Amino acid sequence: MSIRSELNLRASRFGDARKSCTKCMGIKIIMGLLILGTLAGCSPIQPWVKPYEREHFADPIMSFNRDPVSGTYIDHVYESREGSRGATGGVGGGCGCN
Amino acid sequence: MQNRIAGIVAALVIALPAVAADPTGPAPEFVLPAKGGSQIDLAKYKGQVVMLNFWASWCGPCRQEMPLLEDIYKKYNKLGFTLIGVNVEPDSKAADDWLKQTPVSFPVLYDKDSKVSRMYDVSGMPSTVIIDRKGNLRFLHHGYKPGDESEYLNSIRSLIRE
Amino acid sequence: MQLRWFNPWAKALAALCLVGTPAIADVLPDDRADVLYHNYDGGGITIQGPSVLVRKKVGDSLSFSASYYEDLISSASIDVKLSASPYHETRKQEGFSVDYLHGKTIYTAGYIHSREPDYSSNTAYYSISQSMFGDLTTVTFGFRRGWDDVFRDVKVNGVIQNDPTFQRQADHRGYTLSVSQILTRNAILDLNFEAITDQGYLQSPYRKIRYFDPTVPGKQFTLADQIYPGTRTSTAASADLKYYLPFRAAVTGLYRFYNDTWGITGHTVELDYTQPYRHFIFDGSIRYYRQNNANFYSDLFPRADYSNFEARDRELAAFHSISLGFGAAYEFHVPYARWINKSSLNFHFNHLMIDYSDFRNALLAGDGVYTAGTEPLYKLNANIYQVFVSIWF
Repeated sequence: MSIRSELNLRASRFGDARKSCTKCMGIKIIMGLLILGTLAGCSPIQPWVKPYEREHFADPIMSFNRDPVSGTYIDHVYESREGSRGATGGVGGGCGCN
Repeated sequence: MQNRIAGIVAALVIALPAVAADPTGPAPEFVLPAKGGSQIDLAKYKGQVVMLNFWASWCGPCRQEMPLLEDIYKKYNKLGFTLIGVNVEPDSKAADDWLKQTPVSFPVLYDKDSKVSRMYDVSGMPSTVIIDRKGNLRFLHHGYKPGDESEYLNSIRSLIRE
Repeated sequence: MQLRWFNPWAKALAALCLVGTPAIADVLPDDRADVLYHNYDGGGITIQGPSVLVRKKVGDSLSFSASYYEDLISSASIDVKLSASPYHETRKQEGFSVDYLHGKTIYTAGYIHSREPDYSSNTAYYSISQSMFGDLTTVTFGFRRGWDDVFRDVKVNGVIQNDPTFQRQADHRGYTLSVSQILTRNAILDLNFEAITDQGYLQSPYRKIRYFDPTVPGKQFTLADQIYPGTRTSTAASADLKYYLPFRAAVTGLYRFYNDTWGITGHTVELDYTQPYRHFIFDGSIRYYRQNNANFYSDLFPRADYSNFEARDRELAAFHSISLGFGAAYEFHVPYARWINKSSLNFHFNHLMIDYSDFRNALLAGDGVYTAGTEPLYKLNANIYQVFVSIWF
């Protein structure tokens, strides 16, 4: 088998396997989240940082995404020049309000 | 695969936590310093319906709720009801600054070392507790969303009539 | 001839974050409006433009946002100079999203459309964010789907116009899982995991590879079309820790690991420091990034038709980069506007330095000193400015 056709075969097999695996991964994530949500409802774990002790997290300097427009822009600059992408989202924690 | 997901979703719906039941038993007693310098003892309010509101200046819904609490206090104060605000911040400067801009006429106490917050098991901000004339816990509400004040009023009115 | 200088999916993906997941799962994001001017200058490219975001609550449970973004690109980059002529291009992007709060859950859905003369992309996304364990933990799951149309411009009689014979598609799917966890009174940890799959035409129609060709006098290389695989799957995982310092400051440490089926592995490390002072908030950051090359990348292929897939995009090369950042925000009050709670004027500056390990400055080949493959490795220095005004109401 020539190098080209072998590479072709390897790449396509690789590509197809990876394609279906991502869909599996997505479904696994959904299931994991649902299970986590179910457990959270009947969890015996008590919050070790009380709501009245969370004043620092209400401070804007403790926010992961204080300036969303600026943060998005600089992420975009890096992503345009690099091979890496993803996992840059910042989701904050509860301040204990409501 | 689809059946598995449906099964888990069904389990999640069933397992959703039940609405918290109303508290019972005597309200824990405490003495705390108030804005203005005096010491306030909860026991002195026996015979009145008391609403305790745990709040902090950094908590948005708490700040949103305060003017409504002021209205409730002004309306029912002469009918055997009192409202006491308990500020949970270790450093009360931010709270005092905010109260200068949005003053309230009901007593505000400082729970700097979270002693009373722990006694009342404050698990959400803000938290509102209503105590009847005999000193028993009767109503508990966590958080604040516009419209919650009608729940407070229902509880206050029925307890005043007792 | 025009040239798209960045990864097509990167645009749609980064644009997504413009109206990304909410900060807290049980409170809707604040109402705000931001107007930003951005300017990137480096490596022969200048890109500038506005970025606008408006977010408003309607009632107690809904929050809407709308965004607009533009890139005015003026490019005479090393890639453009090698295989094309300098060009100007404008990319425009609009997006909107809605957040719905129910109990301790926020449901978000949004749409982004990006358009430039030779590329059009549409992205739809939704996410669910759930607050749990006494609000110490927020778990978010997100999914997005992108559809891109790729066109090509050609120069006909000195005039740049669309090539009607060329139209391709690219499809994208992304899954994200984020966990935000309050650790102590002063520390919060953000964990992010993201898997992305692309399918279709994933390369630039303009960039070329080069192969060693001794028959070409001086330069000794010939340009040829790139051939990319038709699929790409990547996974990235990051941990971001923020710590509150007792004199009111915040320090942040981030690490991200990236890996994909093209053979690229990337590591990102970033340290940030935030220091408020009176009406100011100052930020300082240092970011280090390193990646190896894609397995079908080469700066100079040994001969024509060397392998099935060939690329010379420097985004897929092996390199490391350092970015130094500084920011200052000034909080002020707008007189006679009681409806504005807070407003700030902000300035951010970044200096980005990229050192390529296997991408050479091919423009220097044949100048009498360098031949193909012996030119110096390329280095890039860029200055990035942002000026913006934010108001909260």
